[in-house]
Amino acid sequence: MTRVSELSTTEYLLSGNRACAGCGLGIGLRAITKALDGKMVLVNPASCLTVLGGMYPISSLDVPWINVAFPSTASSAAGVRAGLRAMRREGEMTVLAMAGDGGTADIGMQALSGAAERDDDFIYVCYDNEAYMNTGTQRSGSTPAGARTTTTWTGKRENPKDVPAIMEAHGIGYIASTNAAFPTDVYDKVLKARDRRGLRYIHMNTPCPSGWSFDPKDTVKLGRLAVDTGVVVLYEIEDGVFRLTGRSASLAKSGKPLVPVAEYLAAQGRFRGVSDETAAEIQSWVDARWAGYGARHTPVG
Amino acid sequence: MTTRLMTGNDAAATAVKLARAQVIAAYPITPQSPVVEQLSRWVEEGELPAEFVAVESEHSALSVCIGASTVGARAFTATSANGLAYMTEQIWWAAGARLPIVMCVVNRAMAAPWNVLNDQQDSMSVRDAGWVQLYCRDDQEILDTTAQAFRVAERINVPVMVCYDGFLLSHTMMPVDVPSPAEVDAFLPPRTAPLQIVEVSDPRNVGPVTPADPREDADGALQPGYMELRAMHNASLLQALEVVPAVDAEWSEAVGRSWGGLVGEYLLDDAEIVLVAAGSLVTQLTLVAETLRAEGVRAGALGIRCYRPFPADALRDRLASRALALVYDKALSYGNEGPICGDLKAALYSMDGEPAVYGAICGLGGRDVTLEHLAQAARDALSDLEAGVAHRAPVWIDLAEGSMR
Ligand SMILES: Cc1ncc(C[n+]2csc(CCOP(=O)(O)OP(=O)(O)O)c2C)c(N)n1
Ligand code: SF4
Ligand SMILES: [Mg+2]
Repeated sequence: MTRVSELSTTEYLLSGNRACAGCGLGIGLRAITKALDGKMVLVNPASCLTVLGGMYPISSLDVPWINVAFPSTASSAAGVRAGLRAMRREGEMTVLAMAGDGGTADIGMQALSGAAERDDDFIYVCYDNEAYMNTGTQRSGSTPAGARTTTTWTGKRENPKDVPAIMEAHGIGYIASTNAAFPTDVYDKVLKARDRRGLRYIHMNTPCPSGWSFDPKDTVKLGRLAVDTGVVVLYEIEDGVFRLTGRSASLAKSGKPLVPVAEYLAAQGRFRGVSDETAAEIQSWVDARWAGYGARHTPVG
Repeated sequence: MTTRLMTGNDAAATAVKLARAQVIAAYPITPQSPVVEQLSRWVEEGELPAEFVAVESEHSALSVCIGASTVGARAFTATSANGLAYMTEQIWWAAGARLPIVMCVVNRAMAAPWNVLNDQQDSMSVRDAGWVQLYCRDDQEILDTTAQAFRVAERINVPVMVCYDGFLLSHTMMPVDVPSPAEVDAFLPPRTAPLQIVEVSDPRNVGPVTPADPREDADGALQPGYMELRAMHNASLLQALEVVPAVDAEWSEAVGRSWGGLVGEYLLDDAEIVLVAAGSLVTQLTLVAETLRAEGVRAGALGIRCYRPFPADALRDRLASRALALVYDKALSYGNEGPICGDLKAALYSMDGEPAVYGAICGLGGRDVTLEHLAQAARDALSDLEAGVAHRAPVWIDLAEGSMR
């Protein structure tokens, strides 16, 4: 596991970008670009990430970046990869597609499924801020139950889609779940993905102070709480072998109970007013998932 | 050069192979499917050294082409009707991103209700998206135009649609002269550097949010706003009015066959009535012109080969001082009139010697259009003209009104 002190000091995400203060996406993107040492092309659809990049003719990211249509992240990335190969340029850069949860779990799912079935050769990162943030915090298929959005005014009724599980069902070789509050976990997973071929899928939870309604100084704290409560679990699935990683692996190893989900809910305005009944349902959903992951976990060695 | 009996779809696929397309992505739909099947077979058998991406939809087909073309590859796709409509977002994207993609549109009627047969509603409904649109009369023209399309697209950095009638051409065998790879190589050099720069050593953000107004870049140089970029795109598209004929002339030099560039004409010299259309109708109209001449009517035919950009000057030049232009459209701008008819009226408006322009709608959903239908529509138009009708609502050819309840 890479330590923070070992990360490259070269910055590809420049200051003055247009993300909100405390944006988890920015932290994750910084780790991703460092892992690839800038030798990448970012393929990105409409999302907060687009906004973060800034407006023509100024860019906040010091790597090549291709903007694409909202539903077309995976298909456009497949085309970039095919084009680079046809031009014998594939050694120059890693193709990294990066879309939000809406662009992945919802409108981009068809193209992503097609690319996964063909095992197209690129890395796909879904950064999950758990709603359509760029258009004003509407619900997505990845919004958790209980969360209030501008299209679920009294709290969403349904649990989120499990996109990594959908990707696993496609039989691709590398799938990971991470959280931007753990930059070295992000970094290591991108490094591992970089050295594999075929479609590699990384699901990165990114706490969003504006959409989740918490103080921007608490982004990392909240991301850690998400992992300590088991709401977000750090893991990877390599060639079908499931393994908890980092903080989630230590939590499982310690055998201690997880922090109650109520603490995570109480820390965010979007869950204000959640009924005890809903909170209990969320807790049992988290418990069941955590038990399932624990049962699948294959310790290293 | 060898002569072979082939369908329009074979002719298109053959041209793509001769053009050495590097990335091909397409999704099957009748009547386009044989193009995808043929190209995938050639790639699989190693006869065509290209990347074939078997996508899960037309939206993805064009997205793959967009990605590939952005990094400099020569990209091709093909579709019809609902497939084209499903791509619509990306049709605009490809044009706005200034990518020289070539797409064959095998013209088919739009659902609902389902109908797999020919009309031109599909490509007409995206005529405003900023692509060059070329229409073909026969299988030979499909082969020649598809090869030419790559040259046109790459010269002006604007994508090109090569449109040809489903079944009437796509599935109909005709003798086609196939140029040799060497002949086509001499005509079509590899694609030059793309407009977009995708280099690790020179990182750029391609296609980001662009403000309406011009804005200074990091070096203080003023860069165009969204509106300026749109004007630049339109100016490049308009260049096709010179580039399409120039490329046709180069093709003629390379393989000895020309299609006249923007428009094709037949028996036009002394014609009083000019029959206008695009696609395979044009071939039929040449025969109708002969029929009408045998009846003592001075008729000629004018085929629109390049529909976008609209060749207004060429049409004004060919139609000045005629009595009548009769436009046969296989599409309708619903609530208005046939698209070619409307465009032609606008192009001729208030010019010296402006002819009367009448429109006729025909062949929707594969309705058989016979030479006699076409000829009778022309005779009717002439009597309306003699009766002094200046403006006429579009006539629907062969409409069984008794069945409409
Ligand atoms: C076809 C299409 N539909 C809708 C939109 C509007 N739109 C742009 S971004 C967005 C939401 C993005 O949500 P997500 O992918 O989760 O990214 P986030 O903004 O949360 O980072 C929507 C609905 C669009 N650009 N294109
Ligand atoms: S809305 Fe959320 S994800 Fe989007 S930029 Fe702001 S903090 Fe980041
Ligand atoms: Mg989101």
